[in-house]
Amino acid sequence: MKITQISVFLENRKGRLHQVCDLLGKAGINILALTIAETEDFGVLRIIVDKPEEALAVFAAEDLVARQSDVVVVQIEDHPGGLADVLAVLQQSDVNIEYMHAFLGRRSEQAYMVFRFEQPDEAISVLKKAGIRVIENDEVVQL
Amino acid sequence: MKNRYFQKEIETESREKLEENQLKDLQNTIDRALTTGFYRKKLNDAGITSGKDLKKLSDISGVPITQKDELRSLYPEGLKAVAPEEIIRLHTSSGTTGIPTVIYHNRNDIQSWAELMARSMVAAGAGPEDVFQNMTGYGLFTGGLGMHYGAEFLGMTVIPTGSGNSSRQLRLMNDFRTTIVHATPSYLLHLYDQLEESEYELDDLALKKAFLGAEPYSESTRKKLEALWGIDVYNSYGLSEMNGPGVSFECEYKNGMHTWEDAFLLETLDPENHQPVPEGESGELVFTTLKREATPLLRYRTRDISRIIPGVCECGRVHRRIDRISGRTDDMLIINGVNVFPSQIEAVLMKIPEVGTNYQIHLAKDGALDRITVKVEIYSKLFTGDLGQLEEIRSRIRSRLHASIIIHPRVELHEPGSLPVAQGKAVRVVDERGGDS
Repeated sequence: MKITQISVFLENRKGRLHQVCDLLGKAGINILALTIAETEDFGVLRIIVDKPEEALAVFAAEDLVARQSDVVVVQIEDHPGGLADVLAVLQQSDVNIEYMHAFLGRRSEQAYMVFRFEQPDEAISVLKKAGIRVIENDEVVQL
Repeated sequence: MKNRYFQKEIETESREKLEENQLKDLQNTIDRALTTGFYRKKLNDAGITSGKDLKKLSDISGVPITQKDELRSLYPEGLKAVAPEEIIRLHTSSGTTGIPTVIYHNRNDIQSWAELMARSMVAAGAGPEDVFQNMTGYGLFTGGLGMHYGAEFLGMTVIPTGSGNSSRQLRLMNDFRTTIVHATPSYLLHLYDQLEESEYELDDLALKKAFLGAEPYSESTRKKLEALWGIDVYNSYGLSEMNGPGVSFECEYKNGMHTWEDAFLLETLDPENHQPVPEGESGELVFTTLKREATPLLRYRTRDISRIIPGVCECGRVHRRIDRISGRTDDMLIINGVNVFPSQIEAVLMKIPEVGTNYQIHLAKDGALDRITVKVEIYSKLFTGDLGQLEEIRSRIRSRLHASIIIHPRVELHEPGSLPVAQGKAVRVVDERGGDS
């Protein structure tokens, strides 16, 4: 239900993102979703990968500042207003979104969004009640 | 050049007369110091139980040195050689561990400080006809009130602007025909850039002189400022333990700063063994207060390195001159006129749990002003994955540093292991400001 996302603290330094992605590539870990939140001189890379435990081990071995957190991946109807419908449900139920970013699904019929909620369990039940599909843990690699 | 004096007799008396008075005042100062527990023990241990034990000025070599750390250890009680009800003001300086030193003043002390200040400014050509704009911080920073009282005592029209707010500074300079300013060298350079962008014209200003202190600067910076503004620039030296400004000041000949030896016994010592260096050679400036009543200080180590300029100045003042400060015997940094020790920054950083053990202080020039960047490594275990958390850590570091050292550094967050590992001070502090601004 809740999906593991890994946040990595990155200095804004040339080639830094490449180094991190390269570590994952060499370890045979696939990136499913990615976003970067940044300020002038540092950023936080947020990724969902197919093998989160292994990714955390790789980062730990390289002394990277990484932290896992739970996010919710939601299916969005891929037509105008699809995302707005989901957000309306959340707003009506007073569920607070900390941040969200797009999921890189490999099949194009559906869109998926990654949500970080203050209260993920409450959000999941609200979404489900409204008939919105919340992606299960083992499904995420197949999207 | 027409020499002006504020207290001609004191300023131009003979060396013999000066030293005769110095010995008398030194003996009195020892007696005052002996009324404090701190100095009683120190002096008794050195075999001194009365001022009269010093028969000649050179007997000062038997008086123990006073270190800043000792004063810090006395905080907040400090040294009081007068009854508490006699004290009318105190100033504190910041200290390396966050513990300041405190200096008390009674009415006579404030008055004699104002006299020294007025004497200094007259030596640099100021007079009651001048309009004086004081562009340094008021409050505990002694450059504000110290200069202010002296300028008023001398009879100038004082505009107490304090530091910063360049557009208002320029406006007041223009509207009230300011003839003399007191500022830090970096601020006066900065203000010139602001002037060029402002609605005011240099030709419309009445500025004639600037008194600059609180941070070291080179002779070529003086020349540059003089050329830019079309004014005369005079150097000022002081430290909060010796009141503040008004210890040493340049006269109109601009060839070294006259140290008011009737008020401060001046020594230049080898910083290692505390033995006097020959006159004219560089050493650490060590001062003994000769007039101060509330807080007497004996052989106080300033950590500032300079030399006594041999010979007599053309202005006729008997008080010897010191050269501009060439360095420090400790690792104190001077950032836009504010004294900062790396250890103060470290103390603040190490109290913030999200900060790792490694940090670096980076100093550079941003236009005329100093820019300090504090680079810290973040502590992995406390990273929550939030950008907001990182921003919060950064602003917390900034505000705590500001509270502790009164400067607003840029703060950079770095990954663990990315900053050079500190092996002594050199790696902790990277100063790219250059010797000459």
